[in-house]
Amino acid sequence: MKRDIQRYTANERSNHWAVALLFILAALSGLALFHPALFWLSHLFGGGPWTRILHPFIGVAMSVLFALMAWRFAGRNRIQPRDRQWLGQWRDVVAKRDDRLPKVGKYNAGQKLLFWVLVASLAVLLLTGIVIWREYFSGAFAVGLIRFASLLHAFAAFVLVTTIIVHIYAAIWVKGSVGAMLHGKVSQAWARKHHPLWHDEKMRKKER
Amino acid sequence: MATQDVIARSATTTPSPSVREQLDVAKLIDTSVCIGCKACQVACMEWNEVRDEIGSTVGVYDNPDDLTADSWTVMRFAEHETDEGDLEWLIRKDGCMHCVEPGCLEACPSPGAIIQYSNGIVDFNQDNCIGCGYCITGCPFDVPRLSEKDNKAYKCTLCSDRVSVGLEPACVKTCPTGAIVFGSKEDMKEHADGRIADLKSRGFDNAGLYDPAGVGGTHVMYVLHHADKPGLYSGLPEDPSISPMVGAWKGLTKPLAMLAMGATALAGFFHYVRVGPNRVEEDDVDDATPPVAAERDERHDADRGGH
Repeated sequence: MKRDIQRYTANERSNHWAVALLFILAALSGLALFHPALFWLSHLFGGGPWTRILHPFIGVAMSVLFALMAWRFAGRNRIQPRDRQWLGQWRDVVAKRDDRLPKVGKYNAGQKLLFWVLVASLAVLLLTGIVIWREYFSGAFAVGLIRFASLLHAFAAFVLVTTIIVHIYAAIWVKGSVGAMLHGKVSQAWARKHHPLWHDEKMRKKER
Repeated sequence: MATQDVIARSATTTPSPSVREQLDVAKLIDTSVCIGCKACQVACMEWNEVRDEIGSTVGVYDNPDDLTADSWTVMRFAEHETDEGDLEWLIRKDGCMHCVEPGCLEACPSPGAIIQYSNGIVDFNQDNCIGCGYCITGCPFDVPRLSEKDNKAYKCTLCSDRVSVGLEPACVKTCPTGAIVFGSKEDMKEHADGRIADLKSRGFDNAGLYDPAGVGGTHVMYVLHHADKPGLYSGLPEDPSISPMVGAWKGLTKPLAMLAMGATALAGFFHYVRVGPNRVEEDDVDDATPPVAAERDERHDADRGGH
């Protein structure tokens, strides 16, 4: 085990999982209000009124913690020319033909795309969520804006949930990545296969 | 009793109890006969046992100056100067219009919090209301109000409790001038025709019935002297309909979004079934590393396997 590489620090892991737990709560309570077929999810939160009360607070907590995480990870997620090529070869990605793909740094283009979609959708969710938060804020806005915000909120939530489904699946699919986020370490072979440039960078640092 | 004649129920995808059918009812408010005495407001308070807080006048006759969770109907007074320079009081009794296509019902996320009876009355069931205020967002007439006391939405019920036992709404019962009448929607239209003919004979060429088609018609209708300009009556909407944004927010897009989310999860499952997990193979290590390092890695892997 001692030759494994550190991929995420304890703070990064804690931050990630705090956001993940809040996301699950926000998504379940939001989906309860999204479509009648899922209203039964409101029982998990103590009924309809409690779902309505809790959802925005959960959302705000998630947004704040996500902002901290995004701040940490933003630098590593800048899109580079080789990322476009990686995305263009998505067929090779899903077919596991990794050898044909351009070399990847700490994050591959899919992860970077995920990152920026999350940043955008959470920003939209937070801002529109404030507009449609009847108890405290809606009184300050015109009904046309509230209608637009409701629509946008639902759309951003759809984008976020769908993106997270892909994120969770990718984590299950690529063996070793759940471990990376749970205890922070990956094997050298894992790093070399999935993130060769990051692996090299880590090795160089070790030598120095 | 009343739950056997429901034609629409908020946030519900299966049929509502609807064996019993009833005649379409309507309340007709004749603005040309209304004297603005507010007896209807008082009758509404009395019958429904709601008491609003005592406010202060805001320089006009409107009092309270807006609908609230405790004031389900409010007289709105508009001063209108005609082209000839005459002053007209355009007084309107504001409250729920009981739309045939209710925006509140479409927007409501809570099953059974809003119901529409086969006689056309749109009723809120506060037991099921979760207090989200989506009904306010959905209403083209800006009618429902959230109570600060209990976070439930309230509005005119068209006295559904009275109507269900054969009585007329309290405001109708009390109106001293006969400006408010109640009956079958057909009869009310006929009654309105007579009133409109009378108004036209008195020089109100644009007199007409307000029963806006954009919401499928309403079960509260107005006779207006200026039916061509309903906006004169304290902003009565010209051509109300459910906002396209509410339609998109609550319409077909939601089941489609549900389908897309489900399909994404399913696609993941079948990708796993067909392609299998993306594991780091031993071979990968050999290919990519110098022999010494590879040896170390192998020993390292073997160590782990031995435990």
